[in-house]
Amino acid sequence: MSISGFKSKYTYITSALLLLVGMVMPSVALADELNSGDTAWLLTATALVLFMTIPGLSLFYAGMVRSKNVLSVMMQCFAITCMVSVMWALFVYSLAFDTTGMEAGVTNFNSFVGGLNKAFLSGLTVDSLVAAIPESVFMTFQMTFAIITPALIVGAFAERMKFSAMLLFMAIWLVVVYAPICHMAWSGDGALMWDWGVLDFAGGTVVHINAGIAGLVACLVLGKRKGYPTTAMPPHNLTMTLVGAAMLWVGWFGFNAGSALGANSTAGMAMAVTQLATAAAALTWMFSEWLTHGKPSVLGIASGAVAGLVAITPASGTAGPMGALLIGVASGAGCFYASVKIKRAMGYDDSLDVFGVHAVGGIIGAILTGLCAAASMGGSGLAEGVSIGGQLVTQFKGVLFTVLYTGILSFIILKVLDILIGLRVTEDEETEGLDVVLHDERGYNL
Amino acid sequence: MKLITAIIKPFKLDDVRDALSGVGVTGLTVTEVKGFGRQKGHTELYRGAEYVVDFLPKTKIEVAVSDRLVEAAIEAITKAANTGKIGDGKIFVYDLGQAVRIRTGESGDEAL
Repeated sequence: MSISGFKSKYTYITSALLLLVGMVMPSVALADELNSGDTAWLLTATALVLFMTIPGLSLFYAGMVRSKNVLSVMMQCFAITCMVSVMWALFVYSLAFDTTGMEAGVTNFNSFVGGLNKAFLSGLTVDSLVAAIPESVFMTFQMTFAIITPALIVGAFAERMKFSAMLLFMAIWLVVVYAPICHMAWSGDGALMWDWGVLDFAGGTVVHINAGIAGLVACLVLGKRKGYPTTAMPPHNLTMTLVGAAMLWVGWFGFNAGSALGANSTAGMAMAVTQLATAAAALTWMFSEWLTHGKPSVLGIASGAVAGLVAITPASGTAGPMGALLIGVASGAGCFYASVKIKRAMGYDDSLDVFGVHAVGGIIGAILTGLCAAASMGGSGLAEGVSIGGQLVTQFKGVLFTVLYTGILSFIILKVLDILIGLRVTEDEETEGLDVVLHDERGYNL
Repeated sequence: MKLITAIIKPFKLDDVRDALSGVGVTGLTVTEVKGFGRQKGHTELYRGAEYVVDFLPKTKIEVAVSDRLVEAAIEAITKAANTGKIGDGKIFVYDLGQAVRIRTGESGDEAL
């Protein structure tokens, strides 16, 4: 071969090798360098989680209330979405994720809540990164979690709360309850629950137990709907509810798999276990109802699915497929019992079962996360030196802390607002319906 | 003239309409109503909340007929709407004081 031919052969081989390496490289996460695969997935996951609130949760809840209140529920979800988005950017993201002053194993003020160094998204530029994704994406992704958590609570006081009082409550609650709990669980070394070793991959504690307990407190403080439980208040449009539940299911892939903060194997398994737990929980609720009442219902199977989604949330990063089935069955049965039997027995009017599904499901999921994370249960494995028993105690600690923190603070906020502006609409307004009374609109002009 | 009101089971509407045509009664007004007599309701279940629903969907037919057609109309409705089961419905007959055809202004039997 001539020299030029030799060179061109090596050029060809080198180019081919570089191309091969280039194809492999995107999946290798380099510290502090943007990974387009991770970013693409997180962009998508953010959209999916927003989709969970509007339209998913909106439709799910709206179908379950009476037609005279259909708009009020949708308005609450939509308005919360808008208000939380702005508040998040202004200062709540900072309260949740500012890590100034935090040190592993050190408990100080910043273990409970972040500072204001990231207020007005100061320091967040087009190029700033969190792991291998732009911080702008991380911030927006976390925003969608901050949006859905208060939106979940509206189900507990549906059909009787004043819109103004609701907005104020959610604004204060976001700052005083959500941001600190989020910070304590997820901001990293030095955060209270993070340092305890509480496993909460996508928000079993931060989102579901949080919202569920706040919901219970809210329905107790506001009191029952007029006519409950003797007046019939059947859902006005279960087709809407089922479609909403389906949207929640699909969107939840963004919620759980997106919490891997990357397009990687953890995300893959998170998606798989999400699907399995949800299906198992839906079937369990369906069969439980079939056995106890005699017929399976649409509202039942949809509720079961949501219960499974809630319970797998904290475990989605650590549980294996068989663990997911266990979590599904446990939450399907537990939430069925809580929403159907316990609620009736205790007499509180948790209109759309926020406590029964989110709190109970969240607690079941949070505890079982400790069990199913173990390698012996097919999970990703517990931290070094931690036993199943030890992890279960840690999980329980996290649950108890959250229940107390949320319960007490939500109660205080509600009571203060009740004194200042009143929480409930009048009896006549409640009878006429919130859509007309609060919004001068009808959902259906048929 | 008489105004005949009949509450029947909704799926019987077409049969009753045909039967009335057969005896020469061609106009009628139909309303969807709900009610109960001796027919039992059913239970609906929503997340543990059981509701007994007493009201059943029914169809109300109103026909204005001249006196000479009243017996034939009643018989036609009765035969067509009958299933033999509880809940078949009832027929009420009212005296009709006046009837007017709006387009032409005809009144009395000519308007029917």
